[in-house]
Amino acid sequence: MNAQQKWVAYYTIVVKEVLRFARIWVQTILPPVITTALYFIIFGNLIGPQIGDMDGHSYINFIMPGLIMMTVITNSYANVVSSFYGSKFQGNIAEMLVSPLPNWIILAGFITGGVARGMAVGLAVTIVSMLFSDWQLQNILVTISMGLLTSILFSLAGLVNGVYAKSFDDISIIPTFVLTPLTYLGGVFYSITMLSPFWQKLSLFNPILYMVNGFRNGILGVSDMPLWLSYLVALVFITALGSFSLGLLNRGVGIRS
Amino acid sequence: MSAALEIQGLKKTYGNGFTALKGIDLSVTQGDFYALLGANGAGKSTTIGIVSSLVNKTSGKVRIFDHDLDTQREQAKAQIGLVPQEFNFNVFEPVREILINQAGYYGIPRPEANTRAESLLRQLGLWEKRKNQARELSGGMKRRLMIARALIHRPRLLILDEPTAGVDIEIRRSMWEFLTELNQSGVTIILTTHYLEEAESLCRNIGIIDKGEVIENTSMKKLLNRLDSEHYVFDLEQEVQTLPPTDAHCSIRLRDPATIDVEFHKGHYSLNQVFDFMNRNNLKISSMRNRTNRLEQLFMDLVEGNKA
Repeated sequence: MNAQQKWVAYYTIVVKEVLRFARIWVQTILPPVITTALYFIIFGNLIGPQIGDMDGHSYINFIMPGLIMMTVITNSYANVVSSFYGSKFQGNIAEMLVSPLPNWIILAGFITGGVARGMAVGLAVTIVSMLFSDWQLQNILVTISMGLLTSILFSLAGLVNGVYAKSFDDISIIPTFVLTPLTYLGGVFYSITMLSPFWQKLSLFNPILYMVNGFRNGILGVSDMPLWLSYLVALVFITALGSFSLGLLNRGVGIRS
Repeated sequence: MSAALEIQGLKKTYGNGFTALKGIDLSVTQGDFYALLGANGAGKSTTIGIVSSLVNKTSGKVRIFDHDLDTQREQAKAQIGLVPQEFNFNVFEPVREILINQAGYYGIPRPEANTRAESLLRQLGLWEKRKNQARELSGGMKRRLMIARALIHRPRLLILDEPTAGVDIEIRRSMWEFLTELNQSGVTIILTTHYLEEAESLCRNIGIIDKGEVIENTSMKKLLNRLDSEHYVFDLEQEVQTLPPTDAHCSIRLRDPATIDVEFHKGHYSLNQVFDFMNRNNLKISSMRNRTNRLEQLFMDLVEGNKA
């Protein structure tokens, strides 16, 4: 395949992936928007005033970046894991496997689909957040780049889950028992400076902490972590998971007998 | 002229230790219509899976139009169109979109893909269903959609794994016509089927796999010539109660007053002599047919022989 053919192939996968979640927007876009709006109402408007300011910001403003990041993470992950496993389950992954598509294009196509959904839902939630909070964006480049890197990372994680999944149960176990706890403990609702030294140290092993704080740095200009460390963690994890995912596809794990 | 498909020493042992292929050699010439037969579990689908890159081989070499599947993977894969046994498209996608996406995976730009999709959907009688989701199609339509999908990138080698399974006789015959025309246009076709009549009437050459080994690889004509006897059934216009005796190399007996079973040894007796016998005895024939499918009989003989 020449460069133009590869571009056509990549574009085809991306369009297919975007159409897949766009057609069922009531199931893919709307629920996280409603859920996050409820978070804003309950934690921000009702409980937030009782808590007071955090890191110099009202509580609703403080949790807003974390809530956006939470939807980006879960939707990027969910899109790729469900799409990839669905293709395996129905057998139509074979459409790509029999074609001369290089595996890196298959990987890039699925990841872009995940990023598209993550960013689409993230944008929708950001717009909703403007109804409840009065934040002012501090650094658009940091905000967008952290959002993109996080979305890429969790799309890759979703693909790894999809490769290994053998049943529909397998695609919900990791999000329920790993991703959600790590997200909730990743500084979405609090600053880790509130924790005891032991829990602070333990929190440092949670990669989501770095993403949430990097994103918060872009939006509010405050963070528990140095910005460079957030970027470094994201890039290291993306490199590691990206190489691992490509290796899985090259070896045909979960997709070739 | 290079072979369309050249397989050498192909072995496959699955993770559970089951050896599906024990080092098979197979060659399919360009332009051939080739039947790959075998009982369930014989190794046909594994062979097709390896050739189409859906199954990892344990060892051996596969070359497709002289492109090595290991070292020239993209070029080799671009030559193949696969119609798998099971329906494996996204059932929620519209029919035309399935074809356009498949074309995209081969790097065919959308305008060109649209043109090709329209042409194939019209040829295969699916144009009216182009906007329907694939799940809304009948079984026969789904089969034809799989063929259209496999042809969207104009492959030189089309592999069909039981393409007519579960379709009615009318659609099956129209698919036979379509495949024959396709083969006449230069596309090499490899067909696996459990309908041996289908293989006999469509294919020029044949390979038979049994227990992971190729036990026969020859022309259909040579294989069928191995049958030393022919069996026919004649329907009579008028009923008879008895038949006169005939030659030692031919057995003619009444199945019922209006039907005669004829069995004769090839080389010793001929169909012309059977007709002479009928004429001499004033037996008017209304129709005739093979009593058993010839290939089916040979296939059973070969597989039984391999068991022994």
